[in-house]
Amino acid sequence: MSPEEANSLAQGVLAGERLALARALTQVENDTPAGRLILSETFPHTGRAHRIGVTGSPGTGKSSLVNLLARHFRQPPAGQAPRRVAVVAVDPSSPFTGGAILGDRIRMRDLTGDPGVFIRSMATRGSLGGLASATAGVVQLFDAAGFDVVLIETVGAGQAEVDIARLAHTTLVVEAPGLGDDIQAIKAGILEIADVLVINKADHPGVDGTERALRSMLEMAHPVRHEMHHHGQIETLHAYAAAPDPNAPLWIPPVLRTIATEGMGMPELMAAIARHKDYLQQSGDWQRRERFRLQAELDTLLQEALVARWRETVSAGVYQQAVDDLLRRKVSPHQAVSQLIGPA
Amino acid sequence: MTEKKIRVLVAKPGLDGHDRGAKVVARALRDAGMEVIYTGLRQTPEMVAEAALQEDVDAVGLSILSGAHMGLVPRVVDLLKANGQGHVRVFVGGIIPDEDVAALLALGVTGVYGPGTLTDVIVEDIRKAVLPA
Repeated sequence: MSPEEANSLAQGVLAGERLALARALTQVENDTPAGRLILSETFPHTGRAHRIGVTGSPGTGKSSLVNLLARHFRQPPAGQAPRRVAVVAVDPSSPFTGGAILGDRIRMRDLTGDPGVFIRSMATRGSLGGLASATAGVVQLFDAAGFDVVLIETVGAGQAEVDIARLAHTTLVVEAPGLGDDIQAIKAGILEIADVLVINKADHPGVDGTERALRSMLEMAHPVRHEMHHHGQIETLHAYAAAPDPNAPLWIPPVLRTIATEGMGMPELMAAIARHKDYLQQSGDWQRRERFRLQAELDTLLQEALVARWRETVSAGVYQQAVDDLLRRKVSPHQAVSQLIGPA
Repeated sequence: MTEKKIRVLVAKPGLDGHDRGAKVVARALRDAGMEVIYTGLRQTPEMVAEAALQEDVDAVGLSILSGAHMGLVPRVVDLLKANGQGHVRVFVGGIIPDEDVAALLALGVTGVYGPGTLTDVIVEDIRKAVLPA
């Protein structure tokens, strides 16, 4: 695609044209030069959308919940304006063939025919962590196209999709009764990223036990510093305890029950999401999360670019020699790095 | 930069509730490395075209066993064109009488596949239709 075509797609995205948006999303998803150009041209027009992540184990009803959330944003109670909603639904790619079946739209058929809704399915394409590597770019385009809310549904894996906490302002972790015991609930990772905990399928047996386990986990865990592993280093995420103002309001994740198939509990969930957004804005956490997310994105790109540039300066022979030395145990990986780029 | 991924929408327009054929084809396309957006049962042509647009697919597969293909398929083809997606290839599976096959092909449908078609044939036809020669 020529730069002129990419430029006209970017203008189409900013003007809210759906075909241009759909085609631009493909360029971004394929990480083409045109896609990068479109991301750069639309970036100044981003930062307005409320990004809401929905994650949790398979079979907890994430897609049905996303469908209902979108409907409630489109048809709010009297006195509130309907919000424009984009949905990014991520499903896994086959590690063997690279193919994928993306089936989240099945549960979102209520949303068709509404020009205020745009649903895009994505395959992970080999990326781990519950999102595809291009998901952040896709979300950015929806933001630039003027969607007020972007709902991001992760792959259903359960314990590792912390990427969503970095990308989203508000992360919903969806559980269902009967899927795990108390020990599952206190394992590190997935529950610590929750801003709102949702027990869906609340008409199923065992719901009281699930809620008890989640609440006791929350009492143990909050307030805490949120730290995340990023390129092997631990980084503080949105650290509540480390907020500069000790009197800043604290957010304790609420535990809510829903039955997505019947719409039960949705007004309460919508209210919790609205409260969390208010909290983010009043506490300064919105800005802190934005800063952290953009810094992480910058770090990733910097590392890729620095490695690529360094590779151009070094001959393949020198590099392969280092690998051979590793194989023969002549040097350790750390020593090899020092030899290649000089001591730190 | 990733290689070009073929994205296909597999949809069941109309009112019959038999989606086994659609699911078999969806799996075969996945196993051939394509990304398949599966929309489920009882889609209107408008819903199919809208999903095809949002997902920016290369091809749309329609599974129709109800006999309503001569109403549904032209409508989908027209809507795709109206949305600026005239390049999207349409293929049809199901119970389609011989005399209708020619009519569907004349509409620009890439292929019509009845019961017993090898999925490899469908995969190859889509690849040929979608990828630049």
